[in-house]
Amino acid sequence: MLKLSESIYNALRTHGEETYPHECCGVLLGRSHEGVNEVEEAVRAGNMRTDSAHNRYSIAPQELVRIQRQGRERGLDIVGFYHSHPDHPAQWSKTDFAEAHWIGCSYVITAVEKGVARQTNSFLLTGTSEDDKSFEDETIQVEELVAGRC
Amino acid sequence: MKIFIPTPLRVYVGKKDAVQVNAQTVGDALDALTSQHPDLKKHLFSDEGKLRAFVNVYLNDEDVRYLPEKEATSVTETDSLSIIPSIAGGC
Repeated sequence: MLKLSESIYNALRTHGEETYPHECCGVLLGRSHEGVNEVEEAVRAGNMRTDSAHNRYSIAPQELVRIQRQGRERGLDIVGFYHSHPDHPAQWSKTDFAEAHWIGCSYVITAVEKGVARQTNSFLLTGTSEDDKSFEDETIQVEELVAGRC
Repeated sequence: MKIFIPTPLRVYVGKKDAVQVNAQTVGDALDALTSQHPDLKKHLFSDEGKLRAFVNVYLNDEDVRYLPEKEATSVTETDSLSIIPSIAGGC
């Protein structure tokens, strides 16, 4: 299961709308426990695939190093990644699968149709190695912010 | 020096997020890491002993592949290595 706040959920979807018709991408920082990846922060990342940004993304390892360090300073780990599929379903592709190596992490995909975020799905990368890895559909639990009363 | 381990590989190092090793070079540090934790080796290196294409190793903020001396680059106690699997994809 992927748990995240409503504001983070909206933020990663909005990111896809802003970069449309190109794919957006980012890193999810948080904590992993008992089968749950709980997101504390979504960090936008640059898409290195400027040659084909409408259907490809890649996050520079150097940027990951920086984001990981940033997370470490706050006691957070990388628990997942997000990206968008412009005018394409929120479903992992052969390319997504071939390029997925962070076993145990959640891969969140948002379909952005004509500039509007539609479905957002999450997939957990399971397995023990490149030889037996697989994506499993994962429930997204969005925690709504409830305004307090004075 | 410290080697930061990414979340998918922590299961092979006793769930630690970092491992301390003594080494003179980047290559020595990676050898020390896989000597201490042999199960990690096949996830980092191919059968030919080369770093797997999707495994990036950073010495502080520099990609080891692009350093002039690559794995032969000298390291000090205050340096750190980060192992960073690639992240990419697309529709």
